[in-house]
Amino acid sequence: MHEDDEIPIETATLPLDAWHRAKGGRMVAFAGYWMPIQYEGIMAEHLWTREHAGLFDVSHMGQLALSGEGVAAALEMLVPGDISALKPGRMRYSLLLNDDGGILDDLMITNEGDQFGIVVNGAVKWDDIAHLREYLPDHITLNHKDDHGLLALQGPKAVTALSRLVPEAAGLVFMQAISATWNGHAIGLSRSGYTGEDGFEISLPNAALESFAEALCAMKEVKPIGLGARDSLRLEAGLPLYGHDLDENTDPVEGDLAFAISKRRREQGGFPGAARILGHLADGSPRKRVGLLVEGKIPVREGARLFDGNAEIGVVTSGGFAPSVGAPIAMGYVPTGLAGPGTAVAAEVRGKRVACTVTAMPFIPHRYVRKQGA
Amino acid sequence: MPRYYTEEHEWIDVDGDVATVGITDFAQGQLGDIVFVEVPDTGAELSQGGDAAVVESVKAASDVYAPVDGTVTEGNAQLEEDPSLVNSDPEGEGWFFRMTLADKSQLDGLMDAKAYKAFCDAL
Repeated sequence: MHEDDEIPIETATLPLDAWHRAKGGRMVAFAGYWMPIQYEGIMAEHLWTREHAGLFDVSHMGQLALSGEGVAAALEMLVPGDISALKPGRMRYSLLLNDDGGILDDLMITNEGDQFGIVVNGAVKWDDIAHLREYLPDHITLNHKDDHGLLALQGPKAVTALSRLVPEAAGLVFMQAISATWNGHAIGLSRSGYTGEDGFEISLPNAALESFAEALCAMKEVKPIGLGARDSLRLEAGLPLYGHDLDENTDPVEGDLAFAISKRRREQGGFPGAARILGHLADGSPRKRVGLLVEGKIPVREGARLFDGNAEIGVVTSGGFAPSVGAPIAMGYVPTGLAGPGTAVAAEVRGKRVACTVTAMPFIPHRYVRKQGA
Repeated sequence: MPRYYTEEHEWIDVDGDVATVGITDFAQGQLGDIVFVEVPDTGAELSQGGDAAVVESVKAASDVYAPVDGTVTEGNAQLEEDPSLVNSDPEGEGWFFRMTLADKSQLDGLMDAKAYKAFCDAL
């Protein structure tokens, strides 16, 4: 916590604010910005995205670029991924770690050839920027691309729709990125997202955002989708939300994100909190993030306490009704001994015990396109 | 059968000494897709403004308050099977519970349809 946390900060507007309102978006304050929570309804928008293509405005996220001699090695001092081995045009999910191995943020790092692009969570982007400025060598240049917005087009029809505007889109595979041009604007394009579906994230200059969004939404496959469905889609995909499922007291092994610790880094260490994290990799962590299938219809939400018999064993960090599952689901932390799929636990909701079963995630299979022509 | 409204967006239909309670069309529109409703048990003693029921949308759980004092005579069992009735027919089939009226004078403090509409328009 900082002393200046008490100063109220006015909620800011994003470049597409008026466009969202004109589309019927119900605006709420999120991560310091007015953002659309829904348009026609969370359930309909969620199911539309799984069937067709949904357009998300995620311009609240921080788009950063790092450049300079030895930038990959410098980044590796702060994250546990093998950034040096990341080829141009490829991206990787990684974690910004504190000295104890706790997660300061989860982020996407892209090798853009002459620089590394980084996309960070909106809610903590200013802290991330301060952290990077403090810990990266002075000769590394950090550029905050706040003159750019970020759109995500997600769903099985995303490739069809986007290819009409940017034909190169169809040639990408999951976690691949390119630069392209649309209507004279330089744009960044990657096959990635936060829904578990095939899809793309598109970085555009602010001036091009509205016409690009409008061009997509004019297509029969595409509807604008709000934050509400973004949350239920990512929950079904088993993807953690920073500040809820992950925080600075949680390390990557506890967060079930060990895949983000590259093989070479496991052998060599040299990232913040390596002692704790490598210890947890070898011996197991005391607790682990798991998925929970909820029996019955009562939604089990963030903050619900988890029990094994009378013993309180953990807490739910995200949860709610899952439209594509047709039932409530949740994710939370339990002792690693109780983290095996099939383990019965109970969540407490309004003083009642609700039966839950630990389950492997995702709840809905990912549909990433990993190979061309597959 | 007179209908009254609260500032918490409940409606209450009064028929003699018994009343039916639900949430308004405005409320369901604000909540969005309803996925779960917890109605009070028969015999539960309610006091005006106190917790009476819970309605859960995809994104959040919200409390429903007792519009007046009284005793619950029946919860709407249909909502257990089909909570979306609150969206499709909030002021009809989507009622929450029925209750006795302990103090009819409490109704005087509630709004009629016209006053409630003006209240919502001002929000």
